[in-house]
Order: sequence, then C-alpha cells, then structure tokens
Amino acid sequence: MEAHADTTTNAGQLIAAASGGRRRWGDRIFSNASVAAAVTILALLAGVAAFLLIQAAPAVTASSSELPGGKSLIDYIAPLAFGTVLAATIAVVLAVPLAVAVALFISHIAPRRLLLPLGYMVDLLAAVPSIVYGLWGIFVLGPAAVGPMEWLEKHLGFIPFFEGPASVTGRTMLVAGLVLTVMILPIVSAVAREVFSQTPRKLQEGALALGATRWEMIRMTVLPFGKSSIISGAMLGLGRALGETMAVTIILSVSGIVSFNLISQANPSTIAANIALDFPESTGLAINTLIASGLVLFAITLVTNLIARAIISRQNVQ
Amino acid sequence: MSPSRWLAILASLAVLAIGVSACGSSSDDSSGSSGGGDLSGQIAGAGSTAQEAAQEAWIAEFENANSGATVTYDAVGSGGGREQFIAGGVAYAGSDAALSTEEGELEKAVKRCASGKVVEVPAYISPIAIIYNLEGVESLQLDPETLAKIFNQEITTWNDPAIAKDNPGTELPDTRITPVNRSDESGTTQNFTEYLSEVVPSVWSYEVSGDWPVKGGEAAQGTSGVVEAVTAGDGAIGYADASQAGELGVAKIKVGKEYAEPTPEAAAKIVEESPEAKELAKSPYMFPFELDRKTESQGTYPIVLVSYLIGCTKYGSTSEAELVKGYFEYAVSSEGQEIAAENAGSAPLSAGLTKKITPAVEAIEG
Repeated sequence: MEAHADTTTNAGQLIAAASGGRRRWGDRIFSNASVAAAVTILALLAGVAAFLLIQAAPAVTASSSELPGGKSLIDYIAPLAFGTVLAATIAVVLAVPLAVAVALFISHIAPRRLLLPLGYMVDLLAAVPSIVYGLWGIFVLGPAAVGPMEWLEKHLGFIPFFEGPASVTGRTMLVAGLVLTVMILPIVSAVAREVFSQTPRKLQEGALALGATRWEMIRMTVLPFGKSSIISGAMLGLGRALGETMAVTIILSVSGIVSFNLISQANPSTIAANIALDFPESTGLAINTLIASGLVLFAITLVTNLIARAIISRQNVQ
Repeated sequence: MSPSRWLAILASLAVLAIGVSACGSSSDDSSGSSGGGDLSGQIAGAGSTAQEAAQEAWIAEFENANSGATVTYDAVGSGGGREQFIAGGVAYAGSDAALSTEEGELEKAVKRCASGKVVEVPAYISPIAIIYNLEGVESLQLDPETLAKIFNQEITTWNDPAIAKDNPGTELPDTRITPVNRSDESGTTQNFTEYLSEVVPSVWSYEVSGDWPVKGGEAAQGTSGVVEAVTAGDGAIGYADASQAGELGVAKIKVGKEYAEPTPEAAAKIVEESPEAKELAKSPYMFPFELDRKTESQGTYPIVLVSYLIGCTKYGSTSEAELVKGYFEYAVSSEGQEIAAENAGSAPLSAGLTKKITPAVEAIEG
C-alpha cells in the first residue's frame, strides 16, 4: 500500500510540475479520496475482525457445560466447518469446469450474434437473489433429484458419497451443492471470460498457422494464458459458496453430523446456515458461540484467499 | 507522511465513526406524549415468532380502535424478546416460555419492573399437530410411546407392529419413515420434546430444548419448511402448528384411553386444567403454567404451545402504561382471541382462564 501511495504522489507531482509547479485541486481531492477509500476498507475489515474476536471471547473461555448442547466449542464448530467446506467444495468442483467451458464458448466459439445475449444471460444468473435459488432448490431441484439420487444409491452405493439411504424429500448436501454451483457459475465464468478474450492474437494465430486445430490452439494458448484467472475466479466462487447463507439454510436438511454421504436426509450444517437458523432464538452465551463460529468462517475464507494469492503469484513468476 | 495524507486518514476515520455510531443506536422507541381520552402514543414489543400472526392482527385492530396509538412487534424470537424486555428496549415481550430462573432471567425481569410488578399472562395457545404424508393412509392413531420411537428413529418403517397395534383395520405400507424436525431453534420443538420427555421418559431421554436433539432425521427451517418437507416426502412425518397442517394428514394422539385430535377446544382445555408453576411466579400477576401433559382427561390434547405476554404493572410514564394495559386487555379479550384464532389458527383462551388472568392485566396502572 505504501508503494502504491508513493506512485500516486509521484504521478501527482509530475502532473503538478507539468502544469506550472502548482498542484491542482482536482488531483489533490482525487488522491485523498482514493487513500481514504483504501484506509476505510482496511479499517472496516479490522473492525469486523475485532468485533468477531471480542464477541467470540466469552464462548472461547466458557466451560463446555455452559455452551449450547453441552459440547466443547471445537466439537460444536468442527462439524459446521466440515459442512461448510464440503458444500463449497462440491460447488467449486462442479462449477469450475462448467464455467471454463461457458467462458471459452463465449470468448472463442460462439457465433458473433450470440455473444452479447449469452454473456448477458450468464451475468444475469448472478443477479438472482440467493433466496430465490433456495426456493427453487426446495420446490424444483430437490423433488426432481429424488429419482436420480435413488439411482445413485442403487448403482453407486459402494462409493461413500452415495451410500444413502436416499432422501425422499431431496433436501440433501448434493442438491445444496448443485444450487451453489449455479450460484457461483457466473462469477467464475465472468472472470475467466475477460482474460480469455485478452489472449494475444499473435499467439492464437501463430498456433493456428502451425496447423493446430481450434481445440489445440485453445489448449496451447488460451488456457495457459488464462490459468491464473481461472484460479482467481474459482477462489472468488469458493468465497461466495463458503459464505452463502439463505439458499443453504432453506434447502439443507441439517443434522449436525459429520458425513461424506451426500444423498441422505442427515447432512452436516454449514456455519452460515447454522447462524441464520439459531440466531433468532439465541441469547447470552449461545450468541457468543455463534459469533465464534463466524470467526472460524472468517478465518477459513481468509486462508482460502491467501492460498489463492500464493498460487497466482507463483503462476506469474513462472 | 505529508499533511495531506494525515488529513485523508483523519477523514476516513471520521466516516467510519459516523457509520459505527449509526449502527449503535438501536430502535428502542417507547412511550409517546399523552393524549386525550383515547389511547395514544407508541409502544414496542418483541419476541416469539409463533405469536407474530396473532400480534399483527391484534395491532391492526387495536390501532383501528385507537387512532393515536402505534404498537410495533418485532418477531425476533422468544429469547430475544425476553432479553430486550429485560434490557428495557421494549415495553412488552411475547414469549413461548415463561420467564425462568435460568441465567437469572426472572430476577432481572423483577428488577426491570422495579417500580411495579411483573405481569405474565398466557395469550396465545396453539395446538401442535403431528402431520404425516403416507400414500393410502387416511387416518392415523399413535400412542405417545410409538410417537417417541418414530421420532427417535427406533421405528423405521410404517408397517411396524407398534404402529399397526394402534391402527386396527388400516393397511400400512412398508414405506420407510422419514421423521421431519425443525432445523432452527423453536418454541414448537421445545413444547413437542417437553411433551415426549414428560409422557414417555423411558423412550425419550433427551434434554428438553428448542433445538432438536436427535441426529439423522430430516430437518427443515420454520413451520412452513416442515410442512413443505412432509408434503414432498412419501412416508414423512413431522410436527407443526395445527393451523398450518393444510391438506396433510393429522395423527390422533392417545390420551388416556381415547385418541385426541388437535382441536382448539382440546388445546384450551389442557391449559385450563394445568397447575401453575408457583416457583416461577414472582408476583400475583404472573401465570406461568406447568402444563399437565400426562393428563388422561378426556377432550384434552396435550401437545400444545402456550405463549405469554410479558409486561410490567408500572412504566416510566402513565401514557405508556395505559397503552400496554389497553393492548394486553384487547389481546386476551374474547374479541382479541377470536381474531387471533381467525388469523393465526390459535385456540382461544377458555372463559375460565380469561377470568383468572384478567386481574393481572387490570393491575397495570394506566
């Protein structure tokens, strides 16, 4: 940040020098405003972290018998963290290939007149409120998934994911994961699409001139060029999936257990959904406990982002 | 650092401070200017979500009758309502549970009403129905033990002999039972599990709380979520406010030698027949009931939710007290109870019960 501010000032001085040694008002206001914005973001983040830490402290120091359910804080939060990561992982694993395919189609394959409406429609997916996705999940996708899930149990039941018994209502981890997939699809594909379409023409035409097919050209030029954007898109999507509340709250039949079984009626809850479900009727220490779980979610998202940054910066060095 | 940068940081901190202070000021608007003869002013209440529909109906009618009065009710949940009431944030609370000795709640409430006494009256009684969805089975009878075993997943198929025993002549399919519970913490769960643990403690050994204790069942958010899940799944069974059962099958529950349905009359009757929890009454104006769920009395339905109105006999201003009094009077009046029954599907208080609690409402010094 320090380096950034310095370049701003340097640029300002340059402009000031060019305009006769006097800094213009506009420059000063602009530079101050942008510094203020940057500081505000940091202060807000620090404020949220401080709030979480202070409010979570009573739950951390309390003995386990005082906490909801009489379990220790770790026993309380661990299944929730597991569910959160599981749901988000399903979403990212399913969404990334799909999003990359959509982005490639729009940037390289779609006929010109389809480009605009298609891109627009993918973006529109991001504008649907999450509660609507939740309602769609329980009224449409869930019931529709009952049949396929029974099939999965019958034919792929030997895989722990599809152990069953299949839920009769369709409100399972798999369905929640699918809904999250649809929700994060537009973010991942938008980020990838922007970078794919900036692949240098020289590289692409060079590949084609050397006799590469369209797929080979994409594989050799577009995908390597867009690799870091795919990763950062996936991480943005993961962030949204980790924190998504309403849709999961409505859809998932939660049971507070730890299980990889994706199609049964008993599923692990997620941190965000658990807060939404239990906050209204909570008082005292129970609220502190919920906030402590929020702190864990905050940490998980932070770590995910740090890992993503590390991966991207390593990519760039290469 | 240049002075301009210091200025920028200062400015941003100022913006932040304004934001924080805006968040800090909570909405605790109570008491208004005293009007003429008609009730006027403003009071706020908070609490039970179960009471929400009834409160909305009461508020609409009450404000119609008293054009100068404004009552607001924030359905933050029973616990939140009691907490806000104790903190003095709201003038009255709606709660699915009576003030308890847990975390010194009762003492704090007494302190909150230090200038007067605490008022706690039942105002909303709702039978909790056992709803089910089972193809080809039109009527279902269950005894408490079977009910508990279904919900703790000991009985897993519908053609289990224990269910068949209560339903002679009914063809029960071998469908898997999917018990549906609330995923959010709720007064409905609290009352249902209280019933099970009191009537069949040998089967239901879990601690009673608003959180569903058994793992591995189907869980759904809110009454509407449970109704939706039961409707969607063949072989599903759940519990929900009787008024929300809709087209679903409603099981009859064995009370004594008969099987009882969750009718408003049967729900009101059990509250009337139940003793008061004397140790939780810190003033003559508190009526915490100890529901006699083990009753064998005919015509009662034991799985009910009783929700209370909680207030004080004295407030900071007489106009506020008058308003709370007027509102409580309306809520427990036969007219108010009728409107709640119409809008929220609750069971009107019986005449005997109304007579018993009226002095408490009258005691509020308007």
